[in-house]
Amino acid sequence: MSAKVGGVMLAVFVIFGVVGPWLAPFDPAQIDLAHRFLPASTMHWLGTDSNGIDTCSQLLWGAREALIISVSVVAISATIGLAIGTLAGWYRGVVDELAMRVVDILMAFPGILLNIAIVATVRRPGIGVIIFALCANGWVGYARVARGQVLALRERDFISASVALGASGPRVMVRHLLPNLVGPALVPITFGFGAVIAIEASLSFLGLGPQVDYTWGAMLAQGTAFLWKTGFRTYVLVPGLAIAWVMVAVNLLGDGLDPHRRGTL
Amino acid sequence: MLRRLGSGALAIFGVTVLVFAFLHLVPGDPIDHLAGGEATPEQRMKLEHCLGLDESAVTQLTTFLGHVADGTLGHQCPDPEHKPSVAARISSVMPHTIALAIAGMLVAIVLALPLGVLAAVRRGTWIDTVATVTALAGIAVPMMLFASLLVLVFFAELGWFPGPTETGPAALVLPALAVGTHLMAMLSRMTRSSMIAVLGEDYVRTARAKGLPESRVLFHHALRNALLPVLTVAGMQFGSLLTGAIIVEKVFARPGLGTTLLEAISERDYPVVQGTVFVIAVIYVVVNTAVDLLYGLVDPRIRVA
Repeated sequence: MSAKVGGVMLAVFVIFGVVGPWLAPFDPAQIDLAHRFLPASTMHWLGTDSNGIDTCSQLLWGAREALIISVSVVAISATIGLAIGTLAGWYRGVVDELAMRVVDILMAFPGILLNIAIVATVRRPGIGVIIFALCANGWVGYARVARGQVLALRERDFISASVALGASGPRVMVRHLLPNLVGPALVPITFGFGAVIAIEASLSFLGLGPQVDYTWGAMLAQGTAFLWKTGFRTYVLVPGLAIAWVMVAVNLLGDGLDPHRRGTL
Repeated sequence: MLRRLGSGALAIFGVTVLVFAFLHLVPGDPIDHLAGGEATPEQRMKLEHCLGLDESAVTQLTTFLGHVADGTLGHQCPDPEHKPSVAARISSVMPHTIALAIAGMLVAIVLALPLGVLAAVRRGTWIDTVATVTALAGIAVPMMLFASLLVLVFFAELGWFPGPTETGPAALVLPALAVGTHLMAMLSRMTRSSMIAVLGEDYVRTARAKGLPESRVLFHHALRNALLPVLTVAGMQFGSLLTGAIIVEKVFARPGLGTTLLEAISERDYPVVQGTVFVIAVIYVVVNTAVDLLYGLVDPRIRVA
């Protein structure tokens, strides 16, 4: 039940991320200083911000931004992670030892710190830098899942059978192991979406995000900066609730997908 | 035990090299920013020499490791003679962040335990539902939004607590709530499931069968055993409170490691960025290793080999 609710909520986010920019009534970067801090009206459904930009348009373009970043990071991280984890679990020995030492080090300290350190090296980080920074340690979780699964799977009869029939290592990994990893990887992939959006929002909030005004994190930063301004206080709720929406979605969905955690939320 | 300490040391070394590598190997010229547009070539050379950027990457790394060993973590450029060492700058703000993280931890534990225990004991009732929704909200609402709302409601509207930029113990309340909420949500769910598991154990049935009052069964027999995994996770999450503090310090304009890190990033002050990241990573690794070892002391069943 809760998994279905989460799935629907996530689907709503994805739909808005895809079509949002076409729905947006205004340009999310068009500054109009004559119309700053406007309250909600029929013209500006959610009002305007400190630069006179239409808040609703920012929100919709921000959804696109969040979708691009989260899909890219999850896709790249999952691909790298599953590949490394599979290689480590299949070849074991030195490969495994090396991969797991790197995993240990990356798990040994807070990930967002590494993200900050990477982004900090670039003057004006673009969306590509953010994606790179988040992938730098994003693959670790997938690698651990894949390695564990492969270590268990390699003892199973169907793997021994295909080896006995003369299948090469790469063939076994691609044809027989990878398809069996997709299921277990679904849970970390689901939570990955939420984590990426939360970290991206944090980076933008700290002024280290992509240099555009309409990411949800940048909107949050603006909202908190103008909290003192009566009448503009609700602005911060717009990006805040959008992020919360995605977080609730992935938590409900991820929880429902995970047989070990089912029913904990 | 030695193995665990060894892997902790390896992690710290790995983190140091990793952070060093990202800060130094990624293209981008800190000199341009630090020296400003009108710097003469001599000034640029001097600055480059001060930062050690005219050396090879390996020499720079060993220099930094040397600064770690002598406890200064390097010097600030330009004019290193007239500025405190990186370690001095960091240690002057560190107590603020540590206090915030500890306060956040207290908030999380103090709120999570009753919430989790109640939800477990009253499983399936409206109390359980309220606890579930609270936990989900604690996980879902972004920390900066929650922190802002706290300021808005308890400082701007009600005036119960001091707001941003103020100091003193009362000024710690709102930031601590903001930092601790996420962990509170996690811990309350863990307490609930851990309590439910323990309440199904034979020794709890035995305790009830011999006629002990329910409160004694709950708090003496069940909770004591249910707490162990919860407190372990709490300890492991101390590091996440430190990174949460970076965001909360910005909202509340508090001095601390996070504020220092962000300042250093905007000033392109690489020695300070490197030192701050290093210090946060070391605290994280040390706390995790300590929790691991303590866990073994408390529960002999899982003592590390």
